[in-house]
Amino acid sequence: MAAERDTPPLGSAAAGLADFREPEDGEDLFVSTASTLESSPSSPEPASLQVEDVSANSNGPKTAEILIDDDQDDLFAEATEEVSLDSPEREPILSDGPSPAITPVTPTALISNRIEPKVIGVPSMFERSLDEVEEEAGGDLFDINISVSDPEKVGKTSLTIFNQSEFSVKRRFSDFLGLHSKLASKYMHIGYIVPPAPEKSIVGMTKVKVGKEDLSSTEFVEKRRSALERYLMRTVKHPTLIQDPDVIQFLESSELPRAVSTQALSGAGILRMVNKAADAVNKMTIKMNESDAWFEEKQQQFENLDQQLRKLHASVEALVCHRKELSVNTASFARSAAMLGNSEDHTALSRALSQLAEVEEKIDQLHQEQAYADFYLFSELLGDYVRLITAVKGVFDQRMKTWSKWQDAQVMLQKKREAEAKLHLANKPDKLQQAKDEIKEWEGKVQQGERDFEQISKTIRKEVGRFEKERVKDFKVVIIKYLESLVHTQQQLIKYWEAFLPEAKAIA
Amino acid sequence: MLKEGKLFFEIYLHFSLLVDLNNDASLLIDIPDALCERDKVKFTVHTKTTLGTFQKPEFSVSRQHEDFIWLHDTLVETEEYAGLIIPPAPPKPDFESPREKMHKLGEGEASMTKEEYAKMKQELEAEYLAVFKKTVQVHEIFLQRLSSHPVFSKDRNFQIFLEYDQDLSVRRKNAKEMFGGFFKNMVKTADEVLISGTKEVDEFFDQEKTFLLDYFSKIKDATSKAEKMTRSHKNVADDYIHVSATLNTILYIPLSIPLSRHLEKLADLFEKLRKVEGRVASDQELKLTELLRYYMRDIQAAKDLLYRRARALADYENANKALDKARLKSKDVAQAQQHQQQCLQKFDTLSESGKKELTSFKGRRVLAFRKNLIEMAELEIKHAKSNMALLQGCVELLKSN
Repeated sequence: MAAERDTPPLGSAAAGLADFREPEDGEDLFVSTASTLESSPSSPEPASLQVEDVSANSNGPKTAEILIDDDQDDLFAEATEEVSLDSPEREPILSDGPSPAITPVTPTALISNRIEPKVIGVPSMFERSLDEVEEEAGGDLFDINISVSDPEKVGKTSLTIFNQSEFSVKRRFSDFLGLHSKLASKYMHIGYIVPPAPEKSIVGMTKVKVGKEDLSSTEFVEKRRSALERYLMRTVKHPTLIQDPDVIQFLESSELPRAVSTQALSGAGILRMVNKAADAVNKMTIKMNESDAWFEEKQQQFENLDQQLRKLHASVEALVCHRKELSVNTASFARSAAMLGNSEDHTALSRALSQLAEVEEKIDQLHQEQAYADFYLFSELLGDYVRLITAVKGVFDQRMKTWSKWQDAQVMLQKKREAEAKLHLANKPDKLQQAKDEIKEWEGKVQQGERDFEQISKTIRKEVGRFEKERVKDFKVVIIKYLESLVHTQQQLIKYWEAFLPEAKAIA
Repeated sequence: MLKEGKLFFEIYLHFSLLVDLNNDASLLIDIPDALCERDKVKFTVHTKTTLGTFQKPEFSVSRQHEDFIWLHDTLVETEEYAGLIIPPAPPKPDFESPREKMHKLGEGEASMTKEEYAKMKQELEAEYLAVFKKTVQVHEIFLQRLSSHPVFSKDRNFQIFLEYDQDLSVRRKNAKEMFGGFFKNMVKTADEVLISGTKEVDEFFDQEKTFLLDYFSKIKDATSKAEKMTRSHKNVADDYIHVSATLNTILYIPLSIPLSRHLEKLADLFEKLRKVEGRVASDQELKLTELLRYYMRDIQAAKDLLYRRARALADYENANKALDKARLKSKDVAQAQQHQQQCLQKFDTLSESGKKELTSFKGRRVLAFRKNLIEMAELEIKHAKSNMALLQGCVELLKSN
């Protein structure tokens, strides 16, 4: 790992981006490639996914198993798949090859670097059922590789839902936003935690000052690329989302219809804004009778976690900032020490001061690299989780809305019954039939409302469980990587100072 | 920890910028403790001597910073010492930085956990203490340079400073009235011009002049850059405190239970890292920034010597002109001649002693740099090794779970 870190962070990116075609409308063209690899011989039928009933006391009827194909929007009812679990060395989030994320994508080298396929881990919620499933269907284990890079990159798949086994596509930033928008509108209202897309505005995305260089284009592109990659990885890790036709199309189609709804001033954009505002108002006015303590607890915990994560994120952003400052100040001192060495008339001391200047120059590089690691590994991880928790909170809100709808239906039903009773007394037979029909209609709606509510509650429990498990693995992997970057910095410091020591001793 | 009143502490880190100080057993001086009262620092100056010129073999007095300045100024304004490098006066104790930070901390208290606040306060108190230690040491070194100098150690005012068991404030006031800070002002503004303007026939002094003028500006720059570097290190250490504290809060949220062991280890790690980082910062400050700062002042003192010599040369040249004039007019020739001779003698004495002083100064400087650079490198290595051990330990733990 040390060897790879010796490459200057943005050197190769700059070279790579030189051949980067200028995208229209100033948007970046990102290449999204997906590859899936079979890790075990497959039987023709994909495995069915068994989900344990997580809700001990759900608000709805118990069901023994929930197959993914119960989802209304899933067109590929048969094509469920089992995704295998990660081993700790794999990196589900950052797929720049064995080197850490601070090394930007080098265009052509990607495949050769990738010795082992990246495996997307599914939270161990499925761990228990893994054995069952394997026994049951001789389960296929599919690995999915995602990388977002500049040029074409080829991947493999044997997932039957994909048309080809290897493919790569070019996507605009707005395409990613469009994908997220579609997924959100399809899945969030039924309780799925849809991974949030990176923010459009770079200023909103981060408060991190860059220090020496201003937010240069290479750094900007790298930040965005890395964020998009993590976004896609999270999306395809979701067992439901990976089967969504929009996702498949996104990963596979050579041509994608231009996503218009992301444009802020479009009709759809305005509609979204209005809906967001309406949601905010509703949240304040809905007072739900929470019969399930689980939801109340979790909501509170997510609220706490949100607060603390934001705080932590802010602290780490400050750390990045200060580390960059340290790098700048060290470089500045190095120059000053060199000047001092030149001015010094005692030969041996002059030499030592020049050596000191060189050491400090190397150290300033170290600090800068460390700052990149601070950012790409630690800070971005936290930022992603802050955004994810916002999505989680959104899903809880959707549940409230669903409950509210159910309640409203009940109220309406009551009204219709009262109306019918009145008509009975008033003896208007023709209107009576209509009233009876309306009662039937609203009874249906009440039932549907209850079902929806139970369904979303169930889904949320499942999703939260998945989220919790995934977080553990996510976090561990990235933190270990981050700590190893810190170790590397210290190792280098020792090296440099040990080289300097004899120089200092040589002053006579 | 730092409360008003007497503060006892050990000076475990003797930052001897100069070697072979205080070696002469006939006059040993140290500042064993000091008192911090409001804005004033009161130093206890302790002397042990075998010299008969003192009334007692061992004694202590209490002195303020202004007393040191008074002593320094009297030395500067003593004619006989014109050919010597007067040790630079210690800078005024400056608690501004930690005080300001403490104020900011108080304002931000509401946004932190109790633990976080306590840690930040601890850091600040350590900073206070460090400033305190630095100022004691720099005052101590000033006295030790005087005591180890063959000429200064015999200075009458120096003896009064060490021995007089009353308050020196009366003397200080008198001195101010006498000199009115005139000489100091003159030196500050005029020396550059005078030194660089005078034509130098002596090769040694010519080289020294060129060297000192250039070196001074370079070392001044290096000092301020080193200071900035140290501050950044401190900022990083402070950030670690916040990270650690927030991690500690997060691990108590029930959602984090599967991660709580990891978070705990991580929080603990950052807490330990910040201590090491803090050490790195303070060691760098002492070994590098303070070294540069001290020699910057010392170089200024050397420049002052050059100035005095240049002044003496100018006086001599003027005396020569006056002599020529007198000869022309045939008036007061003997007087003019005597004056000219005096000036020449003064100039020669100054040059001779100046040469010796500047040569030994270089030797002193080189040795001090060597010592401190070695120590700094060794400390950096030590701290990096500590950090590495901490980090690797944590990585092992995280991987094994």
